[in-house]
Amino acid sequence: MWKFFHRLASPPHFYRLAAVFAPWFALPALVLIAYGVYAGLFLAPMDYQQGDAFRIIYVHVPSAYLSIMAYMIMAISGGIGLIWRMKLAHAVAAAAAPLGAAFTFLALVTGSIWGRPMWGTWWEWGDPRLTSELILLFLYFGYMALRGAIDDTAKADKASAVLALVGVVNVVIVHYSVEWWSSLHQGQTLLKEGGPAMDPGMLYPLLAMILGFTFLFGSLLLRRVRTEVLFRERRTRWVREMILSPEGS
Amino acid sequence: MTAKLSADDLTLIRGERCLFEGLGFALNSGELLLLEGRNGCGKTSLMRAIAGMLSLETGQVLWNDVPVLKQRQTFHGELVWLAHRTGLKGDLNMVENLHFEESLRPQSGRDREAVYARLGIERLKRLPLRSLSAGQQRRVALARMLLADVPLWLLDEPFTNLDREGRKLVMELAEEHLAAGGLCVMAAHQDVDINGPVTKIQMQ
Amino acid sequence: MSDSGPQIPGIFSGLWATARRDLLLAWKRPGDVLNPLFFFAMVCTLFPLAIGPSPEQLEFIGPGVLWVAALLSTLLSLNSLFLGDFEDGSLDQLLVSPQPLPVLALGKTLAHWLTSGLPLVLVSPILAVTYRMPASVVPVMMLTLLLGTISLSLLGSIGAALTVGLHRGTALLSLLILPLAMPVLLLGANTVSLAAGNDIYTTGVWALGAYAIASLSLAPYATAAALRISNE
Repeated sequence: MWKFFHRLASPPHFYRLAAVFAPWFALPALVLIAYGVYAGLFLAPMDYQQGDAFRIIYVHVPSAYLSIMAYMIMAISGGIGLIWRMKLAHAVAAAAAPLGAAFTFLALVTGSIWGRPMWGTWWEWGDPRLTSELILLFLYFGYMALRGAIDDTAKADKASAVLALVGVVNVVIVHYSVEWWSSLHQGQTLLKEGGPAMDPGMLYPLLAMILGFTFLFGSLLLRRVRTEVLFRERRTRWVREMILSPEGS
Repeated sequence: MTAKLSADDLTLIRGERCLFEGLGFALNSGELLLLEGRNGCGKTSLMRAIAGMLSLETGQVLWNDVPVLKQRQTFHGELVWLAHRTGLKGDLNMVENLHFEESLRPQSGRDREAVYARLGIERLKRLPLRSLSAGQQRRVALARMLLADVPLWLLDEPFTNLDREGRKLVMELAEEHLAAGGLCVMAAHQDVDINGPVTKIQMQ
Repeated sequence: MSDSGPQIPGIFSGLWATARRDLLLAWKRPGDVLNPLFFFAMVCTLFPLAIGPSPEQLEFIGPGVLWVAALLSTLLSLNSLFLGDFEDGSLDQLLVSPQPLPVLALGKTLAHWLTSGLPLVLVSPILAVTYRMPASVVPVMMLTLLLGTISLSLLGSIGAALTVGLHRGTALLSLLILPLAMPVLLLGANTVSLAAGNDIYTTGVWALGAYAIASLSLAPYATAAALRISNE
């Protein structure tokens, strides 16, 4: 088992393995998202309160979920890199950050568009989820800024891993404190937890979209980690040999 | 009390440069390790790696045959570090600066006044360090080193800012330290003339 | 190990020595302590000038303004927390000292709080009065600021340790710390507002206290790790 991890952590091995696995993420992502989009837009019944506007959840919810998940991946792989000094883990963290930030941004934009017909305004500070999501976006910005400011890659990896670990504790605190704050000010939320059960016709496309987005994220992450590994190992022999070899790739 | 500092297969990569590879040494009580080479050849980095401030690509430094990183506090309790930047506060005077060090590290209990007199700084006690010359500040750093009770001296360019007399003094102090069974690692780009068993590492 | 050399001074000696040295340095350079305080007062002055002197409005925004100003002023003083030590080589000496680094980092953070957080708490009532804060609310505000600035100093020490020695450190430090500090601001300012509105405010105080205790027990380790990384 340990040996398997050790092999996986070796950059050339991972580089080849990632190329093999990437289609296994991309294909399900394509199928699930295609189904989810079609079913979500045309098959799912209209919401009795929100009308057609609710259909944006098919993008909003998966993005919001991935925004958190990407941060977790970033922090966990940063921690692994710090503790076991595994370079690949740092490459994963570096590759996950911009993806996470992009999904956070998507969640914010879709949330704001959704809120427009609901609240009559593009931005409602009273919504705890959107506010938490905004703080999460700032956390991503801080992380990427720290990475960008340190020239030495090894140092940038370690410093940003510490930041991500501190940030992950904070994400939880942000969540609860914003909930508390919003309850003080009679905040209104778009998505109620434990509300009336969703119609299966609405729910299945949503589940398909969440799963599809996860696969999409996985496939994008694999691609980005591959590029990151290639860049980081650009001086090594295996990269040179691979580029000079006739098959290329 | 005998002590041993050794290292095996040290490799350090900074950015894209490999500063040293497969470097090893063994140093026993009473011996001096001299790192030679031009500026920017990795002497300071090696010193910092020995002190446990840099993480190495491969290899480890051992103190009494135990890896330094596994006994960081014990190891740090047995060394002093003197580098280009003295680590003394310009706004504080000599006594205040040395008092800080006393609270962190085991002290030799040497007569302070005698140490000050030997270094020629006995009259500078109440002046903020900022108002002293660079050479005088360096002598205060030497006082800190002498007052600590540790077997291992790590001296990175100890002759910086010192005049001929000061350089001679540093060499004398190092000789005495070695004679008393201490260990010393020194990085210098000048000629060093110290009696005793010397191991040299020429760095590229 | 086996040879019992001279005793290494205990950890309280290390904690106290680092705190004492930084307090001594602050004493010799009082500007470093006073400037953030002036900044605090000035930010508080900006709001009435920008919004207008209407008493009801000022009373309403007072807690929030004081808290934002306190946060910004803490941020201002954080940049220099490890910078001086980094530049003159003291940080190297701390890293090779036989004391546990988290304890030394805590000592420095303690000194930072005593010279930046505590003065803010003490000055805040004067500014609160100008915002027409009722006398009964002022102690609550001071308590929240007391607990909050402890957390801010500790959180900030992580950021300061991560950015020490980097160019453009100040802007970066704000970018790192502000999102982390938002829960503290949110809890602090809203607790004071609740107290001003004669509502139950104890939840916020407890939460701030819990935050302070959690950061007190965790932040020094993160700061120490960050210092080692930054000084490589």
